[in-house]
Amino acid sequence: MAKTFKKPEALSDAHTHYCPGCTHGVIHRLVAEAIDELGLRDMTVGIAPVGCAVLAYNYFTCDFQEAAHGRAPAMATGIKRVRPDLIVFTYQGDGDLASIGMGEIIHAANRGEKFTAIFVNNAVYGMTGGQMAPTTMPGQRTTTSPAGRDILDTGMPIRMAELLSTLKTPSYIARQAVLRPKYITKAKKAIKKAFQYQMENRCFTFVEVVSTCPTNWGMSPLESLEWAEKTLLPYYPLGEFKTPEQEEQDAA
Amino acid sequence: MGKKILMKGNEAIGEAAIRAGCLNYFAYPITPQSEVAEYLVKRMPEVGGVFVQGESEVAVGYMIFGASGAGARVFTTSSSPGVSLMSEAISYIAGAQCPAVFVNIIRGGPGLGGILPSQGDYFQATKGGGHGDYHMLVMAPASVQEAVEMVMLAFPLAEKYRNPVMILGDGLIGQMMEPVEFPDDLRTEPTNKDSWATSGMKSRGSTERNLVKSLYLDPTQLNDHNLNLKAKYDQMKAEEVRYEPYNTDGDYKILIVSFGTMSRVCRTAIDFLKEEGIEVGMIRPQTVFPFPDAPIRDAAVKESCKAVISIEMNMGQMVEDVERCLKGQRPVHWYGKCGGDVPTPEEIMEVIKERL
Ligand SMILES: Cc1ncc(C[n+]2csc(CCOP(=O)(O)OP(=O)(O)O)c2C)c(N)n1
Ligand code: SF4
Repeated sequence: MAKTFKKPEALSDAHTHYCPGCTHGVIHRLVAEAIDELGLRDMTVGIAPVGCAVLAYNYFTCDFQEAAHGRAPAMATGIKRVRPDLIVFTYQGDGDLASIGMGEIIHAANRGEKFTAIFVNNAVYGMTGGQMAPTTMPGQRTTTSPAGRDILDTGMPIRMAELLSTLKTPSYIARQAVLRPKYITKAKKAIKKAFQYQMENRCFTFVEVVSTCPTNWGMSPLESLEWAEKTLLPYYPLGEFKTPEQEEQDAA
Repeated sequence: MGKKILMKGNEAIGEAAIRAGCLNYFAYPITPQSEVAEYLVKRMPEVGGVFVQGESEVAVGYMIFGASGAGARVFTTSSSPGVSLMSEAISYIAGAQCPAVFVNIIRGGPGLGGILPSQGDYFQATKGGGHGDYHMLVMAPASVQEAVEMVMLAFPLAEKYRNPVMILGDGLIGQMMEPVEFPDDLRTEPTNKDSWATSGMKSRGSTERNLVKSLYLDPTQLNDHNLNLKAKYDQMKAEEVRYEPYNTDGDYKILIVSFGTMSRVCRTAIDFLKEEGIEVGMIRPQTVFPFPDAPIRDAAVKESCKAVISIEMNMGQMVEDVERCLKGQRPVHWYGKCGGDVPTPEEIMEVIKERL
C-alpha cells in the first residue's frame, strides 16, 4: 500500500508533551513541512521560547537554541548577523513575544533582521497555568482576570501583526489560523512563504498563527476550535498585512 | 609585539578585540565606555566585521548569546547599569556553556549613581550578577596596556572553559590615554565548536544536530549539570589565578590588597612610605575570580606582617574575599571611597600609618 501520511524529516519521533487537542503540534508540523519542502533542515537554526513550546527542540531535528523569556528575536539577530548563510526562525507564544519580549520583536522587525518569527497567539499564558496575556480577549476569564479581562484596567488586546505592519522595514507580515483544515492550508502557505522570503535575503518575516489552549480555556479541544473561530477571528482578522510584492507595487 | 602607540583605554579595548580575532560586536551606549562603539563602528567594516547597536543591554546580552551559540567569537562592552541588564543573559550563557567576553567599565552606583570611576561592581562580577550557581572568569586591568593584554587573553579563556569572561575595568581605564604595545594577533579559531555550536549541520558536515540550552527539568540532570559547571570553576581556581606582588621581598608590616586603578595609587603610596623607611607590601589580584587566595594568605602570614588592608573604590566588597582566605590569621581592614573621588597616595599613606 502506498504511504499517504509521512512525518516530516524536520520532526523527531519524540512523544509530545503538549496537552491533547493543543494546536502547538499542528504549527510545529507546518513549520517542519516548510523546512523539508525547501530543503533547509541542515542549514536551519530554530529558537525555542519560554512558554509551552520551550521544549520545541525535542520535536524539531535541526540545530536549536533555547532563549530566555521574550528574548528569542535578539538571539536570532545575534545568530543571523554572524551567520547570514543560515536560516533562522523563532517560535514564540503571546506572553513571550507580545509582553515581556515586545521590545525585542519590534526592534528586530524594525532593523529588518533577516529571520522568520512564528508567533503563536492562543490568547493566554499556557505554561504558567492560564494567566492573562496581552492578547486575551475583553471579558475572557483567566486566572489573573477571574471576572473576565477588564479593558478599562488592562487595555485592549494587542494585535501584533497590525502593529508590526506599521513599520516600514519588515518584508512579510501575515496572520493565519489552525482552527480548521481550510485555515491550516493557508497557514502552511504563509509559513512557507516567510521562509522563502528569508532565503531571498529579504528583511524580517512574521507569521502570527491563531491557536488554541483547551487546557487553560477550560474547554474541550472541539469547543476551543469553535470558540476561537467565533471570538478570536473577528478581532484578529486573517490575511497578509505586508508582502514584498505589495511594497514593490506601491513604490512603482 | 608592535610599536608603542598612544591610545585611549576604550579604543584600545576595541582594537584588542579585533586583534584577538573577534569580529562581532553588539552594544548599547553608556558613559564611560561609549568610545568603544564609536571606535568599532569605523573599524569593524574595515575588517569585514559585524557591528550592531542593540535596542537595550537586555537585547545585547541575547545577541551575544545567539552569536556565541552559533560558534562566533563575540563581545560587548558596557558600564554598570547596562551590565545589570545583561546579567540575565550572562546567567543563561554560563548555563548553556557558551564562550563570550563582557567588558564592564564600572561607574558609581547604586542606581544611576554617577559617571565617574568606581569599583562598586566587584560583587556583581565575582559572585554572579544573575541568578543561579555560576561564575565568570573576571580579570581586572590596572593600565591600558594590561587591558589590551587581558582582552586578548579573554577570548581563548572563554573558549577553553566555554564560559563568559569579564574584563572589570573602571572609568579611568576606559578614559585614560596611555602608550600601548599590542601583542601579536591571536590567530587561533574557537576550538571544538563543531561539537556544540548551532552552526548548521551542513556547514560542519554533520548529520547530528546541536542544541544550545540551559533547561534541565530533571533534578538529577540539573544537579549533574551544576556539578559539571562547578568542576570548571574549580579548574579555573587551579589554573587561572593571576596576581602581581609588589614590594613583598622585604619585611613589611602591612600588606595591602588592591586591584585595578586603585592599586596604582597604592603603589605610589608604598613608594613614598619606603622613602620614610616604612615597608608595605601589596598583592594585586589580576583575576578577581578566581581570587588569589593562596598568594594573599602566604604574603599575609609572613612573620613581619601585622595586618592586611583591602583598599577599594567601593564600600568594602573585595575585603570579604580577603577575610575569607585569611580565616582570621591576621586582622583585616578596609579602606575605600566611591563616587569617583579616587583616594590620593597621601590619603592611603595616612590609612596605612594608622595601622602600623
Ligand atoms: C523572566 C521570566 N519571567 C517569567 C517566567 C515565567 N513564564 C514562563 S512561560 C510564561 C508565559 C508563557 O506564555 P506564552 O508566551 O503565551 O506561551 P504559551 O505557554 O501560551 O505557549 C511565563 C510568564 C520566566 N520563565 N521567565
Ligand atoms: S497549556 Fe495550553 S498551550 Fe500549553 S500545551 Fe496545554 S493546551 Fe497547549
